[in-house]
Amino acid sequence: MDVNLLINAVIAGLLLGGFYAAVTAGISISFGMLDIVNIAHPAFILLGSYIAYSLNVGFGIDPIAASILMLPAFYALGAFVYQVYYVSFEKFGQESLRGLAFFFGLLFVTEVILLLIFGVDYRSVNAAYIGSSLSIGPMEFPLRLLVPCVVALAMFAALEVFLSRTFIGRAVMAVSQDPTALRLMAVDPTRIKRIAFAISIATASMAGAILIVIQPVIPSVGRDYIGRIFAICVLGGLGSLPGTLIAALLLGVIESVTSVFYGPSWAPAVSFGILLLTLAVRPSGLLGR
Amino acid sequence: MTEPLLRVNRLSKRFGGFVALDNVDLAVTQGERVGLIGPNGSGKSTLVNCICGTLHNETGSVTFAGEKMDGLIAHERTRRGLARSFQLPRPFMSMSVADNIRVPLLYTVAARVGHHVSKAEADARCMELLKLVALDAKAARSPRDLTQVEMRKLELARAMAAEPKLLLADESMAGLSHSEVEDIVQLLLRLNERGITIIMIEHIMRAVMSFSQRLVVLVSGRKIADGKPDEVIKDREVIGAYLGQ
Amino acid sequence: MRTPVFVLLEIVAGAALFLILRAVNNDYLFFAGYTVLQFIVLSTAWNILGGYCGYVNFGSAGFFALGVYTSVFLYTVNQNLEELMPESLLPLMQAIFPLPLPVLILLGGIVAGLVGLGTGYLTLRLRGVFFAIATLALAVVLQTFVVNWSFVGGSRGAYVIPPSTVPVLGPYIQYLFLLMLLLVILSVTCARLIERSRLGYGFATIRDDELAAEACGVPTLRLKLIATVLSGALMGMAGAPFPYYIGYVEPGSAFDLSYAVNSIAMPMIGGTTWWAGPMLGAVLLGTLQQIATVTISSAVNLLIVGLLLIGFVIAAPDGIVGLWHTWTSRRSKA
Repeated sequence: MDVNLLINAVIAGLLLGGFYAAVTAGISISFGMLDIVNIAHPAFILLGSYIAYSLNVGFGIDPIAASILMLPAFYALGAFVYQVYYVSFEKFGQESLRGLAFFFGLLFVTEVILLLIFGVDYRSVNAAYIGSSLSIGPMEFPLRLLVPCVVALAMFAALEVFLSRTFIGRAVMAVSQDPTALRLMAVDPTRIKRIAFAISIATASMAGAILIVIQPVIPSVGRDYIGRIFAICVLGGLGSLPGTLIAALLLGVIESVTSVFYGPSWAPAVSFGILLLTLAVRPSGLLGR
Repeated sequence: MTEPLLRVNRLSKRFGGFVALDNVDLAVTQGERVGLIGPNGSGKSTLVNCICGTLHNETGSVTFAGEKMDGLIAHERTRRGLARSFQLPRPFMSMSVADNIRVPLLYTVAARVGHHVSKAEADARCMELLKLVALDAKAARSPRDLTQVEMRKLELARAMAAEPKLLLADESMAGLSHSEVEDIVQLLLRLNERGITIIMIEHIMRAVMSFSQRLVVLVSGRKIADGKPDEVIKDREVIGAYLGQ
Repeated sequence: MRTPVFVLLEIVAGAALFLILRAVNNDYLFFAGYTVLQFIVLSTAWNILGGYCGYVNFGSAGFFALGVYTSVFLYTVNQNLEELMPESLLPLMQAIFPLPLPVLILLGGIVAGLVGLGTGYLTLRLRGVFFAIATLALAVVLQTFVVNWSFVGGSRGAYVIPPSTVPVLGPYIQYLFLLMLLLVILSVTCARLIERSRLGYGFATIRDDELAAEACGVPTLRLKLIATVLSGALMGMAGAPFPYYIGYVEPGSAFDLSYAVNSIAMPMIGGTTWWAGPMLGAVLLGTLQQIATVTISSAVNLLIVGLLLIGFVIAAPDGIVGLWHTWTSRRSKA
């Protein structure tokens, strides 16, 4: 085994893992903390990619700056989707079967709309840092991966601070476990869930932008991320952001090594294998009790 | 002394760092009426769940009718004659009241060796049980149409349909009115007369005292008293546990 | 109605449909009809697990594709018998191969059923949503395997050349149509039998409340596995004749997400609690898509399916069957 190859595969994997953490952050909030199985999340990420693409190509805005500009819009979209979900399903306690079907429909519709607007060709963005890389000895850090990783980690850290240090953040962590306690503190659990879900969708804007920096996208790319993000979310222990980060880095490294030594076409199978293994052996996740 | 119907031997259960049950021993003889009391969070429901196989105990064992229950999952224990009702009634909402009772008939009685339940037999048995709890007029209705007390009765009738040897009635009376409580106590006494051993888990002391032949007190996962009801409630430790909370 | 009578009626209705189409004598009708029948099988199969037990399977495309690729695999084996088989086995294999289509359907069903069993065994003990997520990822991974498996064509795809005619019937498409019709009869009869049996009660208790079901003596895990295997096997069976229908299979078409969406949307729109619900949804949506594909575009018709799915789960949770019940009960009260 070539050591240099391995080192660079691990580096690429860690950088990729940082990006996966950003992609999974939203699901960690909606699925892990709110118990809302938003399988449409990858579709929202793709929406983020295409909006960043449009702003980049149309106005020359940097894709990551574009995604920050779009945060309020995604937040509003998330609040709207949650409201529909709440009024139609959650209020009646019918979220399981129909709620899942609802999000599945949303996933599909978003993908088809993107397909109708942008077609099946791969789309990519332009930015100064795409293409060059930073070298330290034998180690190579492609900026195309490094910049997204740094942005992703920054977003991740901001989320963690928000959730653990602010009142609303702590209410979010408590909402699925003890809605009654929140009510006693005169906090409306529905409002907290709406805010949290809106934030989870807002992360999709940034995740989408860094996705299109890392690789060119087509509308169906979102599906590849479904297995991946749920694998990370479950492996990290539902709803734990530090766990999510560790799991994301781990999966990134495993995938990167697999794809360097066995070929990239095998990479999607890795996440599923890990997902099934986790469910079978340790459903509470890496850091779970 | 004959072997008891149910023997719980040094049973412990933890949730993470929290000890829910700590070395609990319990023996119940055939035909007995036992009351199980304790403050909220004392482990009563956990004990019921461990006996019925809904939860798995880490240490200790449960023996029922001479057979080890450890390792058997809930439905296997039900089939051996261990039935329970739930604290909050959990009827099958998409089925009629009668069909709710049909489920244990189909899956427990029919699955037991030597029993075959024909459709006519099952129908007759359903109606008989519904008459027993005075729900026969609502056989075709949805559980959604039932009142609180009717819901509790359905819960008990469904547990009875499994033809159990032992019935664990988990807080069957919480939130009911005075006369409704009396109604349920009478029902449980009638079931006991039919030879069914009953453990009543209850907060309503009036009901427990009039029903039980023996009282078991659980506090913080430990059994602190076990004996004749009027003696147990005079016990200093029991009084302390109740007043202390 | 007793089951033999019901099956007889199904056969009569099926035969009538077949003879009418034959009398019209337009091959396009058989091609379009085949797709609709295939959707009836898929949606009825999905509903056995999804509608009856309340466990959502997002991987219908994966189970379907397992059937498809079982056929492709055996077809390819037949093409290369001389190279693959040791000399001693060759005469025997030459006698067995090529396997007739009904045998391929059976084998496709077995393979898909086994994969269903494995996935179910690993995930069905957990909360229902984990099973849903696992099925979603399952399709992606099976596709990865097929893409990397050059024997069945890999990402390039594989050609399967069906004979152009069969004895007695004539055109091969009519034979395929007839087989799919039989699968419809099989799956609908299965669904109806379940609904009226002990199994149906057991499935419904799982959908309503698993804890209470266990307390009533229902072996929930075993029942869930039965439903998963049955549902997966029927989907695999629906997929097995597909290569012979389409002639050229590539992973993208066999694992098309539209199978997964349709097999959820059709029962949801038709109604999940009655055996005829998925069939009703499949006939309506299937026909609509056949028309839309010809007149508009295939992307737009998928958009319609997705929007209908969202619309129905929000506004009419019990589907058309539910709407019908509400309407008739309102009329009888008036």
